[in-house]
Amino acid sequence: MNALEIRKLFPILNQEVNGHPLVYLDSAATSQKPVSVIEAVKRYYEWDNANVHRGVHTLGSRATDAYEGAREKVMRFLHARSTQEIIFTRGTTTAINLVASGYARNICKEGDEIVITPMEHHSNLIPWQQVAKATGATLKYIPLQPDGSISLADAEATITDRTKMVSVVYVSNVLGVVNPVKEIAAIAHRHGAKMMVDGAQSTPHMKVDVQDLDCDFYALSGHKMCAPTGIGALYGKKELLEVMEPVEFGGEMIDFVDLQESTWKDLPWKFEGGTPIIAGAVGLGAAIDFLEEIGLDAIHGHEAKLAAYAMERMSQIEDLIIYGPRDRSVGLITFNLGDVHPHDVATVLDAEGVAVRAGHHCCQPLMRWLQASATARASFYLYNTEDDIDRLVASLLRTKEYFGHAIG
Amino acid sequence: MQLDDLYRRVIMDHYKNPRNKGRFEDGGVSIDLHNPTCGDRITLQMKVEDGIVKDSKYVGEGCSISMSSASMMTDAVKGKTLEEALELAEKFSALMKGEDVEFEYEDLEALSGVKKFPARIKCATLAWNALRKGIEQTQK
Repeated sequence: MNALEIRKLFPILNQEVNGHPLVYLDSAATSQKPVSVIEAVKRYYEWDNANVHRGVHTLGSRATDAYEGAREKVMRFLHARSTQEIIFTRGTTTAINLVASGYARNICKEGDEIVITPMEHHSNLIPWQQVAKATGATLKYIPLQPDGSISLADAEATITDRTKMVSVVYVSNVLGVVNPVKEIAAIAHRHGAKMMVDGAQSTPHMKVDVQDLDCDFYALSGHKMCAPTGIGALYGKKELLEVMEPVEFGGEMIDFVDLQESTWKDLPWKFEGGTPIIAGAVGLGAAIDFLEEIGLDAIHGHEAKLAAYAMERMSQIEDLIIYGPRDRSVGLITFNLGDVHPHDVATVLDAEGVAVRAGHHCCQPLMRWLQASATARASFYLYNTEDDIDRLVASLLRTKEYFGHAIG
Repeated sequence: MQLDDLYRRVIMDHYKNPRNKGRFEDGGVSIDLHNPTCGDRITLQMKVEDGIVKDSKYVGEGCSISMSSASMMTDAVKGKTLEEALELAEKFSALMKGEDVEFEYEDLEALSGVKKFPARIKCATLAWNALRKGIEQTQK
């Protein structure tokens, strides 16, 4: 895989920011888009745009084919059994909320348990908090090891016969750990609980096989994997989606409507009320084509190499604190530079054209566990190179000098 | 983009040697405010007698801009009436919008550079939003 060649396919990366060539290290927040995705969305609007599932006219058929074609791509990409198991959503947040409101709320009652971890993004935490509040179920957490990882023994100890739902992030957006979701799913199933996986940070970067993981639900966001914002997907096992209730009612999702009663369409459309995000789905399909052509294993390998290189270079910076396990196979590193506040770090880096994230990363409970009010994060994707990491390290050293000088 | 426009010496001085940091042991008005998008937080306390801010303290966690702004603000409002303190908050908002304003407490003018860094304006205004809330609470 040649990252320098791949980089050329992303028009946005070819610019200067604050007088320096842009180094984009915030792909965990959102990835940049290759020209093929931008063109696919443009082509859709210039040639095929129409509403789906209803037009008799030619454009209506083309739009429907494009939309349902994208669903097939997502199905293959996740290795689901059928397109009935793929529901288009606005992103991971909407997908998790759909399962929480449409499924968990109906099966949980007082005395039941929902199990998550302290490293969850707010989007895989608050929906469960809300279910617990509404049903009287207890929200339990699998504790974290000192290095931020999860042990299966702790998962075993936390999940019980009272547990109805387990939801765990596959790859942490802060700690960079890959959680053993397949093994946790097996534990959940032994207790009769269902397993949801938050795939926002895993799907863009590694091969995912929902049948192999044997998870019951899996959520992803398109915009983190080269697709436009506003499109994502929920995978669910067919038998569960069949009993899951829609949470949005209206056009597109109905079968028969009478004055007092209505019935729903079959899967997956019963969950897609209203005109769907057609262009977004087309963009997601194009992004999947793009990623598959390069190969998810190659992308994962490239990022693992970058992560190891960044770890080696960054750990040489005096006073730099790195959060999470040292060994990591995913390309994100969360850190703090001594006493310099991460906002100040991010501002100085930005002045040199290096874009990183600073803040709590939508993980306030995890920040408290780390005893940090905020952190900075550099995250890598297929278009990043070792040069980008050299630029990051050089800028960090200058930040240290600048603040050392300014403060000292 | 000139970093020195943002991180002026006087700002760094307030960051490193914060004025009025701490808590009153005997009450006063107390406001907790945080910025949910970035995690900065401040607890502002004010002692108000006869409509005059007699004293003001703060504790908080945040970047150099938010904490130096709090340090300056708590200094600047001392001895002011609540109306004057509110006017000061208005003037500070004008400064953030890029207007030319002068302050009796001159250190505040160093924060004018923040306007060139739109992402950081919310850092500078956190303490001032706490001040507005504190005034509101006192006047209730």
